[in-house]
Amino acid sequence: MFFSFMEELRSAGISASLKEHLALLAALDADVIGQSPEEFYYLARTTLVKDEALLDRFDQVFGKVFKGIFTEYGQNPVDVPADWLKAIAEKYLSPEEMAKIEKMGSWDELMETLKKRLEEQEKRHQGGNKWIGTGGTSPYGNSGYHPEGVRIGGESRHKRAVKVWDKREFQNLDNTKELGTRNIKIAMRRLRRFARDGAVEELDIDGTINGTARQGWLDIKMRPERRNAIKVLLMLDVGGSMDPFIKLCEELFSAATSEFKNLEFFYFHNCPYEGVWKDNKRRFSERTPMWDVLHKFPHDYKVVMVGDASMSPYEITHPGGSVEHFNEEAGAVWMHRITSTYPATVWLNPVPEKQWGYSQSTKIIKELMNDRMYPLTLEGLDDAMRELSRKHGH
Amino acid sequence: MRFEGTDNYVATDDLKVAVNAATKLRRPLLVKGEPGTGKTVLAQEIATALGAPLIEWNIKSTTKAHQGLYEYDAVARLRDSQLGDERVHDIKNYIKKGKLWEAFTSPQLPVLLIDEIDKADIEFPNDLLQELDRMEFFVYETQETIKAVERPIVIITSNNEKELPDAFLRRCFFHYIKFPDRTTMQAIIDVHFPGIQKMLVSKAMDIFYEVRDVPGLKKKPSTSELLDWLKLLLHEDMPLDVLQSRDPTKAIPPLHGALLKNEQDIMLFERLAFMARRPNT
Repeated sequence: MFFSFMEELRSAGISASLKEHLALLAALDADVIGQSPEEFYYLARTTLVKDEALLDRFDQVFGKVFKGIFTEYGQNPVDVPADWLKAIAEKYLSPEEMAKIEKMGSWDELMETLKKRLEEQEKRHQGGNKWIGTGGTSPYGNSGYHPEGVRIGGESRHKRAVKVWDKREFQNLDNTKELGTRNIKIAMRRLRRFARDGAVEELDIDGTINGTARQGWLDIKMRPERRNAIKVLLMLDVGGSMDPFIKLCEELFSAATSEFKNLEFFYFHNCPYEGVWKDNKRRFSERTPMWDVLHKFPHDYKVVMVGDASMSPYEITHPGGSVEHFNEEAGAVWMHRITSTYPATVWLNPVPEKQWGYSQSTKIIKELMNDRMYPLTLEGLDDAMRELSRKHGH
Repeated sequence: MRFEGTDNYVATDDLKVAVNAATKLRRPLLVKGEPGTGKTVLAQEIATALGAPLIEWNIKSTTKAHQGLYEYDAVARLRDSQLGDERVHDIKNYIKKGKLWEAFTSPQLPVLLIDEIDKADIEFPNDLLQELDRMEFFVYETQETIKAVERPIVIITSNNEKELPDAFLRRCFFHYIKFPDRTTMQAIIDVHFPGIQKMLVSKAMDIFYEVRDVPGLKKKPSTSELLDWLKLLLHEDMPLDVLQSRDPTKAIPPLHGALLKNEQDIMLFERLAFMARRPNT
């Protein structure tokens, strides 16, 4: 059952698997829902979609696959001829009731109001249960003076159901989706180096046995729990040619901040020179001298530089080459200082690897990095993390 | 045994279907949504509606999956052995049951709430895959298998701080509580404040949805905040005309502390008020 539905879902990028398909069938089998398309839609949605960003896509697929299968009964727009209503009303109302209605205004007026209200309600149609006179106090509608006959507009369950997915209420959840940082985090897990550090927290069984054997009485030893002790210095290129990669860098950044406890970050523009900064808004007023960075963070920090390395070659090779200020020493000198201070340094480049050859500056940076430039893809990240976690002699 | 919402919880149709599917097939129901749309309350209400006991497991960043199963207190046992305590001979005395164990062996069918699963470590959901799928686990210390007498009803909530792995999602039903529209919101308010002035509610809701529509808000106020705010308005006996006279120069609604939880957002409103005032001066 529903094979074409499943196929359609999968081709729309909703990865509903056999497991979910079976769950849906099991739920139908167990009579979880009544026999209305609306409820079927809800059930299918809760079973097959696991991400609110995909809900809109699901609505579209559902609409496409089941279009025309549900009957069109009662879905035609309302058009109530006045004389028809009048005829029915006359047929069912006693003279006293007619008189009472007359008191509300003239018959024509009444019909006019009724028609207007019908139109208005057709437009709003919130949730479908707001049809005329369900409360009974209003003179309009079925429970007022016509219990079974005039189903004005036909409150069709089908219609409501179709409405639900055709409304596409989840539209704005799509696209706003934060792209997966999960994969990036998993890649960064490679960098984990656990160390025991901090307050005593867990029982050291070996130590306890040893101590007990030596002392002759129970000598409980505790030791700190293992923690990820890796220290990371993240340097991000901002502005200019990096603009198209902002999203990617944000993801990398948010994954990194949640993954590493000891993370420091700085920004630079195109190529690192004598100053870097932490707040991009105050990049000129609050600079940290690069020397301070090099002195402050010990050699065991792992340095990850992120940048597209696309610039004029002079920005790297010549003093005064920077586009923003006059740098007394060439970028290459500073690159050299960084790589020699921190043996574990990699450069992540968001530009696709096959385009690197076309840019002179990329080649120079890659050379300065001793080839440790990796594309900012999951695979590249994985390689970079492996390189960083290698043992580095200093 | 169908869930139809309760006296103090308004469930939309789609939520009812999701809950009923999960309770009938006994698969976990993963509930997501903006904070304050009633994710946690849902589990409590399901428990009330079904007359089942509720077992809550609140997840923190330090919570490990095995803590939900059981913990073996080796230190206590070592200490007892030193003191010659009789209990030391039975390892069972040192095994502390976790919430899942409790739920599996509960004499009455329970509702197990795993609250804010996204707070935990990224591997946490993966570590619970088998346990939630088969509803059983193995205790190494005593070599016994704990199997659920009856599969409990499991409700899992997430605030989307971390993404959940696919394999985990495949085993769940999923429901996204979307922000209630006006009609639903009216129903929710009626449930919480029966007999409240219609005018007040209508004005308050106008302001509330206006506030939500202000672009660039860091934290949009949600259902629970609207309810708090209404409570405050009632408590302060706020005269209706304060709400009614929506002076554009006073963009900040009265008693805004209940709605805006962020100084940047309040600043934003002050700026809006300032902009509204400027053309007049």
